[in-house]
Amino acid sequence: MYSFVFRRLAVAVPTILILIVLSFMLMFAAPGGPFNSDRPLSPTVMANIEARYGLDQPYWKQMWNYTVNVVTRFDFGPSFQYRDRTVNDVISQGFPVTLTYGSWSFVVAVVFGLALGIMAAIRHNSWLDYLAVGISIGAQVLPNFVMAPILVLVFTLWLGWLPGGGWNGGQWEYVILPVVALSTSYMASIARIMRSSMLEVMNAGFIRTARAKGLPIHRIILRHALKPALLPVLSYLGPAFVSMITGSVIIDVYFSTGGIGQFFVNSAFSRDYSVIMGITILVGVLTILFNLVVDVLYAWIDPKIRY
Amino acid sequence: MFPERAVADGLVDAAHLAEVQGRSLWKDARIRFFRNKAAVVALFCLIAICIFAFFGGYLAQYERDAIDFTLSGPNAYKGVPSFATGHYFGTDADGRDLFARTVQGTRISLLVGIVGALIAVVVGTLYGAVSGYFGGRTDGLMMRTVDILMSVPYMFVLILMLVIFGKSILMLFVGIGLISWLDMARIARGQTLTIKNKEFVEAAIAIGVRPMRIILRHIVPNLAGIVVVYSTLLIPGMIITESFISFLGLGVQEPNTSLGALISRGASQMQYGVIWQLAFPLFFFIITLFAFFFVGDGLRDALDPKDR
Amino acid sequence: MSIKATLLASGAAVLIGLSGAVYAQATHPVTGEALAADQTFTYRILDEFPSFDPQLAEDVSGGEIIRDLWEGLMNQDADGNLEPGVATGYTVSDDKLVYTFTLRDTAKWSNGDPVTANDFVYAWRRAADPATASEYAWFMELMSIQNASEILAGEMAPDMLGVRAVDDLTFEATITQPLPYYAQMTTHYTTFPTHQATIEEFGDQWTRPENIVSNGAYMLTEHIPAERSVRTRNPMYWDNENTIIETVVALVINDENQALTRYLAGELDRTEVPAGQYPRLAEEYPDEALSFPLLCSYYYNINLTDTGPEALQDVRVRQALSLAIDRDIIVNNVLAGGQVPAYTLTHWATAGFEVPEVAAATMTQEERNAAAVALLAEAGYGADGMPLSVEILYNTSEAHQSVAVAIGQMWKQTLGVDSTLANQEWQTFLEARGNQNYELARAGWCGDYNEASTFLDIVTTSSGYNDSKFSNAELDALMAEAKTSEDPLPLYTEAEQIVATELPILPVYHYASVYMLNDAIQNWPVNNVQQNWYSRDIYKIAE
Repeated sequence: MYSFVFRRLAVAVPTILILIVLSFMLMFAAPGGPFNSDRPLSPTVMANIEARYGLDQPYWKQMWNYTVNVVTRFDFGPSFQYRDRTVNDVISQGFPVTLTYGSWSFVVAVVFGLALGIMAAIRHNSWLDYLAVGISIGAQVLPNFVMAPILVLVFTLWLGWLPGGGWNGGQWEYVILPVVALSTSYMASIARIMRSSMLEVMNAGFIRTARAKGLPIHRIILRHALKPALLPVLSYLGPAFVSMITGSVIIDVYFSTGGIGQFFVNSAFSRDYSVIMGITILVGVLTILFNLVVDVLYAWIDPKIRY
Repeated sequence: MFPERAVADGLVDAAHLAEVQGRSLWKDARIRFFRNKAAVVALFCLIAICIFAFFGGYLAQYERDAIDFTLSGPNAYKGVPSFATGHYFGTDADGRDLFARTVQGTRISLLVGIVGALIAVVVGTLYGAVSGYFGGRTDGLMMRTVDILMSVPYMFVLILMLVIFGKSILMLFVGIGLISWLDMARIARGQTLTIKNKEFVEAAIAIGVRPMRIILRHIVPNLAGIVVVYSTLLIPGMIITESFISFLGLGVQEPNTSLGALISRGASQMQYGVIWQLAFPLFFFIITLFAFFFVGDGLRDALDPKDR
Repeated sequence: MSIKATLLASGAAVLIGLSGAVYAQATHPVTGEALAADQTFTYRILDEFPSFDPQLAEDVSGGEIIRDLWEGLMNQDADGNLEPGVATGYTVSDDKLVYTFTLRDTAKWSNGDPVTANDFVYAWRRAADPATASEYAWFMELMSIQNASEILAGEMAPDMLGVRAVDDLTFEATITQPLPYYAQMTTHYTTFPTHQATIEEFGDQWTRPENIVSNGAYMLTEHIPAERSVRTRNPMYWDNENTIIETVVALVINDENQALTRYLAGELDRTEVPAGQYPRLAEEYPDEALSFPLLCSYYYNINLTDTGPEALQDVRVRQALSLAIDRDIIVNNVLAGGQVPAYTLTHWATAGFEVPEVAAATMTQEERNAAAVALLAEAGYGADGMPLSVEILYNTSEAHQSVAVAIGQMWKQTLGVDSTLANQEWQTFLEARGNQNYELARAGWCGDYNEASTFLDIVTTSSGYNDSKFSNAELDALMAEAKTSEDPLPLYTEAEQIVATELPILPVYHYASVYMLNDAIQNWPVNNVQQNWYSRDIYKIAE
């Protein structure tokens, strides 16, 4: 197992490098640039701006300089759009925010999703099954950009219980609504995959044996059925967790949290190349890391899986 | 003591008949599906929505892009749904008939959902199954590719497609298809890792069945349950992604619209006393999703060989 | 004195002192209104501003913060007229080419340093210096300062700029041609002074709250990008006793409907009104919904180059399209915010400007439609002639979409002209419009200073903002003459007539600022068309 993990981490480096090259090519190929605005700049000023940010050099050289900076000094460069911030500033301010509400959303979604999915599977085709599935689906089908304004309308304007947005350093009143809005998007998926997977496991031979032995149902689930049923859920949770902690743009926009999801989309629209690359690399590293974690967990769940 | 000849003949005939009317596995599955009440109701809903989307236009009294200027902007609150005026669903914020627009929007969104789900099922399942089955370096290479594709800034791919191909509805489906299969591939691979260690696969290898055949005949059918369920879960995400793609300028352009765009517009107006602008598109969105979900669950239950 | 008398006297003194302090906080010194205990003004901004470094800033929200944190030579009062800022006044030489500003000796930076003429010299040079890479460097050129163009082109060093500090309290600027509105231009934030030592010490990080040094009525105390920024009273400001608002908070709220919800919940004191909502809100909240003119115009650029559609090269087609737009419906039914229909380019509220009589403006819409149909038929298109189809390009936004949808329908219903609407995200849109890769493209232009040439210059041949690539020698000559003329109004009128006849652009409407403003906030400069507002001028009364 250790050699497997080590090999995967070693492969992660060229993977990130390929990601960098590919993203650079995409970014430069898109029309527009960070200093394109409603009022075009004079050529000299434009030349100066480009020289200052190294944009006048050939693409491969920019890519090379950028990669060297990242690898040797963890310096992701200055933001082209926000003149007094570096990319490190942007990420170190935005990422903790998104990580906080993303992690809480993950916990809530997993706890409720698994519970609903298991309940639905045990009481297959009963009203409890439909109710559990119905609740989780109802929570998911309301798109984020409908749920967020409704939450603010209800809890801020009508009831006055919670603030309508902002982050304020992460006090709990500001975290609740983003967590509610974000976790519901994933809960139904987790519940349905868990239900489906659990149903397949419950029909397996070894479960029949356990039932025949007279084990109580909660014992059967917790000790025997849960682990193998978790496998497809885990496959889903890897990328889902990464997308939760790298933020939902909708949550950031509607709740003004200052998280990196919004920074990413804004910088993509204003062609702030360094911020785009910085966040892309962050997402890439997290994706690789958590897919690795999921793969390791596969092996823990199913001892027959060998890499 | 012995049965009479006529009865004996009847028995022989009955036995013959029973043989001829053998039941295939697909028929079994179909019977199981139709026994599932929720799934049947959902299927009817889906069919009803399809009829609405493709033929509802004949019922509409107005064109989808005709503006009634007396009902636009600040007068939008007057655009209440009513049979008398012919605006069955009311009007949208610009004074256009919401019924006609919802019909057209549902059509596009259904197509987006179905095409996206199909691509995810076909491409994602095969990719994941191949990757999981062969393991080793092949698996590593294929999955790292998926990792990279998951992390690449998707928006630039779309913008590039807009620049190169110009705006067209076809590009919308390409755009949707590009990302819909990634998660499915991971899920399929995960399941394959478990399935490939099962005894029947071992047996198939021992007999000498070729890998691709094992994948197609043994592994993929066992993935069916999860794949069907997950593909229905993808659909709402794709309908919403479509509205983002159109925002960039690539997909559906005015005066055409989609459920995502209608819901988005309706949500922004929801506190201004024009709740029907949100309610009707959202209703169709929700019903479509519920229908897909329950049909998906029904299919999963039907295709599961061991379900009691 | 006896103990009793002493006690009485000191007690009285304390009371008077206390009441004095209480007096200053409890009622407004001039109007006598009761002031609110909490003098905090919270407002919404659409997006995080790229910078509020005065020489680097380029957007409206940045400008709002800069005007509170720094102060330039002159300020604008509530009506948009000049009033003293750091400078107490100015004199102009006889040839109108040298402006001498006298600075007050009480102006200080927030760290105690006095504000001197050298700070202005430094700042203006910094703005023009190509090495600063300022996106507003062209403003120095617009001010016609001596050598500005050469410095921007990189041909001269920045210290050759035609500004100098005669002494610590006298600032002199030399310009190359007389500009009647020159002094007005010193209210723009690019000309504000910046503290040289701070910039040299901290480089790009000098605008952080812990480093920043400002000379305005407020200091920056908190800045969390994409969430909020907070500025509080600067006790070093020379006019600090007259500042009433203690704290100003700017919250970044992307979605305007969300912002309205939060305003109604009491979290904000000011927000923008979404399109179409003003009439209803004005009825429900008559004291809070405001609409007043804003110095910007909205129009459609027409691609007049070879890449543009052939039909649009015919001026009759353009006139037909312009006549068929029912601007009253757009202004009243689509936007409904107090905007004004536009048949000419320059905003109607521009100082010293009178909107010229244009034929189209006086007709009724039926007459306009009839004339449009006739013109189109004459050109050979429309119902009896060749079918005409145009593409309207706009950047994705609900308001732009509503206008484009409406105009497209008007053309269809009146002229039988089909239109396709194409929306693109901002950068792609800018590229397309800037490279003449469009047929009709939506545009908006805001005045940089309160005078008509800021609008009419954009349709001159040499203008970098002429996205239609319109070229008319007569108009160029008129604008050149207007720069030096004593009475430019007749020349502007003639230029507008050319624009109205040749129609390189289709004017649609003149902007209005439409806000919800907490009725406890008083003294908002509703007459200032450029909406240059200063937090130190407003105050909050007790409910």
